[in-house]
Amino acid sequence: MAQELICLKDLVMEFGKDRVLDSINLSIEDKKFMTLLGPSGCGKTTTLRIIAGFQNPTSGEVFFDGQKINDVPPYKRQINTVFQNYALFPHLDVYDNIAFGLRISKLPEAEIDKRVGEMLEAVSLKGFENRKVTSLSGGQQQRVAIARALVNRPKVLLLDEPLGALDLRLRKDMQNELKAIQQEVGITFVYVTHDQEEALSMSDTVVVMDGGKIQQIGTPEDIYNEPANAFVADFIGESNILDGIMIDDFRVKFFDREFACVDQGFEKNEPVDVVIRPEDVDIVAPDDGHLCGTVTNVTFKGVHYDTIVDFKGFKWLIQTTDFHREGSVIGIRLNPDDIHVMHKSEYSGMFGDYSSYSEEYDDISVVEDDEENE
Amino acid sequence: MKRKWLTAPYIVWMLLFTIIPLCIVIYFAFTDSITGEFTFSNITGMWDYAPIFLRSIWLSVIATIICLIIGYPVAYTIAQCEPRTQQMLQMLIMLPMCMSFLLRTLAWVALLEDTGIINNLVTALGLTPLPLIRNSGAVILGMVYNYLPYMILPLYTSISKINPRLIEAAEDLGCNKSKVFGKVTLPLSMPGIASGITMVFVPAVSTFYISQKLGSPGTILVGDIIESQFKGAYNPNLGAAMSLILMILIFICIGISNHFTNSDSEEEVMMP
Repeated sequence: MAQELICLKDLVMEFGKDRVLDSINLSIEDKKFMTLLGPSGCGKTTTLRIIAGFQNPTSGEVFFDGQKINDVPPYKRQINTVFQNYALFPHLDVYDNIAFGLRISKLPEAEIDKRVGEMLEAVSLKGFENRKVTSLSGGQQQRVAIARALVNRPKVLLLDEPLGALDLRLRKDMQNELKAIQQEVGITFVYVTHDQEEALSMSDTVVVMDGGKIQQIGTPEDIYNEPANAFVADFIGESNILDGIMIDDFRVKFFDREFACVDQGFEKNEPVDVVIRPEDVDIVAPDDGHLCGTVTNVTFKGVHYDTIVDFKGFKWLIQTTDFHREGSVIGIRLNPDDIHVMHKSEYSGMFGDYSSYSEEYDDISVVEDDEENE
Repeated sequence: MKRKWLTAPYIVWMLLFTIIPLCIVIYFAFTDSITGEFTFSNITGMWDYAPIFLRSIWLSVIATIICLIIGYPVAYTIAQCEPRTQQMLQMLIMLPMCMSFLLRTLAWVALLEDTGIINNLVTALGLTPLPLIRNSGAVILGMVYNYLPYMILPLYTSISKINPRLIEAAEDLGCNKSKVFGKVTLPLSMPGIASGITMVFVPAVSTFYISQKLGSPGTILVGDIIESQFKGAYNPNLGAAMSLILMILIFICIGISNHFTNSDSEEEVMMP
């Protein structure tokens, strides 16, 4: 079992009348890669800034290695941060930026030189020592920012949307690189992002946040396969979310039809949200299906077609590699493990209907603004 | 650039009222006042006035340093305030600038005179009057009082432009408050320091009114001498030569200050 390194207890953060964080309880394990995932304004950056010590919570406690650190200033914490937009010192060159923390802690110049050299090698910036940071590309600045933090050998590295300013290609490369660095140095990473794909591919644990509350904590697989509520189901990947009734354990009813499922532990006849992932639906001939609907829209997406199908006025998104022409009638089959049942929540009815489907739906998260919690 | 002609009025203005007069000054500086022939005597005659030049520079340097010492903490404090408070404080800083320069200086005379307000108070308390006026100290005081806003404003601008994330980054990397200041805030406000120094030093070194009102014959400044060449001594050629030398000295001083404050830093790391 991994050891708990950071513990947040009942954190509440208020800016004036705005409650940005609402009773956050979180345990961060040593040497793990944890991601705080959520839309703009969900409180993820504020949580990170509280861990770093830049902000004091309105109430609640922060523990580090069992010690309460609410009153410990940032410069005394064994935590370093990679800032959004990097916050490199423009008056210093690459070498001096990386050496900054070591010089503050007054290490001998020889030791500094050795460690900065190693770090430059690790982030493949050898030969850039005397370059001005303003003359570097985004990806290079990013590496300097990581090196500047890691060179101090912190116990925890906090990363605030570190890849947000990079283009897609570079972002993918850096994702792999960051994960590799984390495994190599073997320290805890706490990573903030609004990009669900980034979160799923890098993390050991994902914390999904919205409205200042934690919605779900789990492994990427858990979060995707067993979303806790309609918000999580919708935010992580694409989901069709239907109203249903849990007849009994392993039996759920929606569209006036009973389906076998793998969920249990609900009350009898409890109203529930049913999640069906677009890629889990099997398309069959109209007569062989559990349900029968009309294709209203088809978009080619490269690997698959996004097919919108109208079932009695409720539109589903189905992702399939087979092309089904607009207007054709198709049947679908649902296996028990394609169906995921969730308790009703405040988010019920807000997501998961593709009636207003537009082809730009998956770009929406990319255009989001930088999160500034002020 | 299609819109170049938009700057035409300014270029004409500069040509008429700066470039041409400057050429005239140079012409006068190198011609004899009586014969009108080309001569270096105006320039070489400048050695007699070397002590006055040195005094002007010396007093202005002291005034500039005092302005910097008083102005920096003020500018720093304003930059930390709430935006609305910042605006108000900025207004307060500029308030003295709204008053006539002459009036402000005369007000100091009224305060510092041997029979002025302060000394009246002192004598009323049964003490001997203080020598508050007609010395270098009074001249420096006048300079600091008049030019302090010109130091604070550029300092405030450059400090408030520093990205707060850089301050946090420094704290994150182990700096306490004083180290944050020394390692990040101060170096990044160097452009403000440089322009503040220029804005105070240049008018201070060429001022003439302050020294006439608050100083004594012993604290006469270059500006006064130049004025007297045109008004009393009727030697515009010598006055022109002095102006020219003063200009060169100012350039040298600014060059020195830029050399020490030049960190060619930009406020924000460029985005890709």
